[in-house]
Amino acid sequence: MTLSLDVTDRSPVAPADAFLSVEDLKVHFPTEDGLVKAVDGLTFQLAKGRTLGIVGESGSGKSVTSQAIMGLHRGTRAQVTGRIMFDGEDLVSVSNRRLRQLRGSAIAMIFQDPLSALHPYYTIGNQIVEGYRVHHDVKKSAARTRVIEMLDRVGIPNPQQRIDQYPHEFSGGMRQRAMIAMALVNDPKLLIADEPTTALDVTVQAQILQLLKDLQSEFGSAIIIITHDLGVVAEVADDIMVMYAGQVVERAEVNELFYSPEHPYTWGLLSSMPRMDEARQDRLFPIKGSPPSLINPPSGCVFHTRCEFRPEVAGDACRTEVPRFDADSPHPVRCHIDPARRRELFRSTISARL
Amino acid sequence: MIAYTIRRILSASVLLVILSMITFGIFTAGARDPARQACGKNCTVTLIEQTRKAYGYDQPITVQYGRFVKGLFVGRDFPEDKALKKSNPELITRCNAPCFGYSKNFTSLVFDLIKQRLPISINVAIFAFILWITLGISGGLVAALFRGRWPDRLLVSVSLVGYSFPTFFIGITLYTYVALKWNLVPKPEYIPPSGDFIGFLRGAILPAVTLASIYIAAYVRLTRAYVLETMSEDYLRTARAKGLSNRTVIFKHTLRAALTPITTIAGLDIGALLAGAAITETVFNFDGVGRLAVQSAQVQDLPTNVAIVLIAATFILVANIVVDVLYAFIDPRVKYS
Repeated sequence: MTLSLDVTDRSPVAPADAFLSVEDLKVHFPTEDGLVKAVDGLTFQLAKGRTLGIVGESGSGKSVTSQAIMGLHRGTRAQVTGRIMFDGEDLVSVSNRRLRQLRGSAIAMIFQDPLSALHPYYTIGNQIVEGYRVHHDVKKSAARTRVIEMLDRVGIPNPQQRIDQYPHEFSGGMRQRAMIAMALVNDPKLLIADEPTTALDVTVQAQILQLLKDLQSEFGSAIIIITHDLGVVAEVADDIMVMYAGQVVERAEVNELFYSPEHPYTWGLLSSMPRMDEARQDRLFPIKGSPPSLINPPSGCVFHTRCEFRPEVAGDACRTEVPRFDADSPHPVRCHIDPARRRELFRSTISARL
Repeated sequence: MIAYTIRRILSASVLLVILSMITFGIFTAGARDPARQACGKNCTVTLIEQTRKAYGYDQPITVQYGRFVKGLFVGRDFPEDKALKKSNPELITRCNAPCFGYSKNFTSLVFDLIKQRLPISINVAIFAFILWITLGISGGLVAALFRGRWPDRLLVSVSLVGYSFPTFFIGITLYTYVALKWNLVPKPEYIPPSGDFIGFLRGAILPAVTLASIYIAAYVRLTRAYVLETMSEDYLRTARAKGLSNRTVIFKHTLRAALTPITTIAGLDIGALLAGAAITETVFNFDGVGRLAVQSAQVQDLPTNVAIVLIAATFILVANIVVDVLYAFIDPRVKYS
């Protein structure tokens, strides 16, 4: 393996079928304490009809990434650089006007906590009708018919009555369904779901995930699902991207990631996940330490402060050199350990912990 | 909802009864002899006793209170003497309901006095209310939208200065400079708005501005705080994510939520102000209820004092109930039962 001093990942040319292509995206927030590098050089592609899962701890830059795609950092102090190519347009540099046209119609978002993400003073119907009529020049009654149809489609019983109810009159699962109906009302080509099931009961979680899968096969949209819950991504994602401290540390197809993960951080995530299908283990293996500061991220490999496999790398490369990340390869890993040695470590040490 | 309103009105009525007892007790059982107060300057011992009898101050306080309440609802006679009424009806003064008593000091029935002065206070208060709501809320909104930049700093510091000055200072300064020295507006005087509306506005602008100034300052800061709080809410991010324009996000989604608590405060503020603003009315020589309160307190005019306290309390209680009931319409999450 060659070590490279190249700090940023050189963006490859987007494959023809990728209709979302993020290239070297950086989102930095200036604060009184210094520059917070919430997302620091992110590159990935997403094809139509595919689902990408973004996994990571709190503060790893997952939500910031999704909000950058929606352009929600505009008008704030955040500094967004890089490119987000969506259907031939760069969402970073596109005009505010054009961005508003895309938001909610071509790209829609489902938020984490549907109770706080819905306006408490407007009925569910009003809020979805409003979202539909911004992008469609139709009468209120026509929009209402469309919204009732959508509510019915996402599995809300009695949509004719429930359309006139307020968010607080809905249960948690129903609210999230309403949120999904709001996101899908304009047939978006890209759906971003930011922790869509975190605030829900486990039984409702499964229903919501199934709903997302069904709707995807029906509408053919691409989905980005952001979560800290590996169970959720295992359920719905085609590809998984693991983020740590604003960077991608590993990206792979879902089975590949679960059965032969290569990055020590991914190992840590997997072995700290409780499992129900095996005899109870004595203990879980949490990742030691806490997420690094985003103002002064660790030098070299951002994970080196918590990595138990540092002795595997000769010299002090983990601390001094940034590992290369080949975004073009099918299973890129940001790690100094030799690939063959990583696979061996996983088989010998890690798989026993899972 | 209706049951709730009725319950609130009942409890407010009980409160008013208790309040009237306390007020009545404080003034009647006070250190000074009410008969002596009512008798006036050239008073003799016999005259005091006559007055005492005429006003019923010779009776126990419970009887006096009973007569007072009776006067409110059915009217009363001065003196309350059935035999005298039969023999010499011309010696009896009739006070029709609602009778708050007779003020010797103003040589008028208290109710007539109030009836004459209340519109002045109410009209000036409403004028001030409109000023402080429009200026306060728009100022607060601008400050919030320009948070941290110069318009915000300017508005916040100006409102802090405005908040710190006492009302009488603002009133006297405006009177002296704007009206007298610079002649920018005519000398403040009360002209009933029903006759000459423009005249009313010109005559009442300075008292209204004085009255409103402290509220404008407070509302700029309140609105700014509530708008900023609302702007960090998740549902505004949702609104933007739907592709709504900035204008819709601010004027529909943000203001709707931010103004809800302000409605409550505004209702209570105007309720408290309707029964007169003592300082402003005194500074500008407006014969409203506030000035009447000052005058009657100075001479310990018992019937007038009791009436003003009761009216002020009624306004505040009614404002409270109105605001609470209104809330059920403003905030769908509020349900009364």
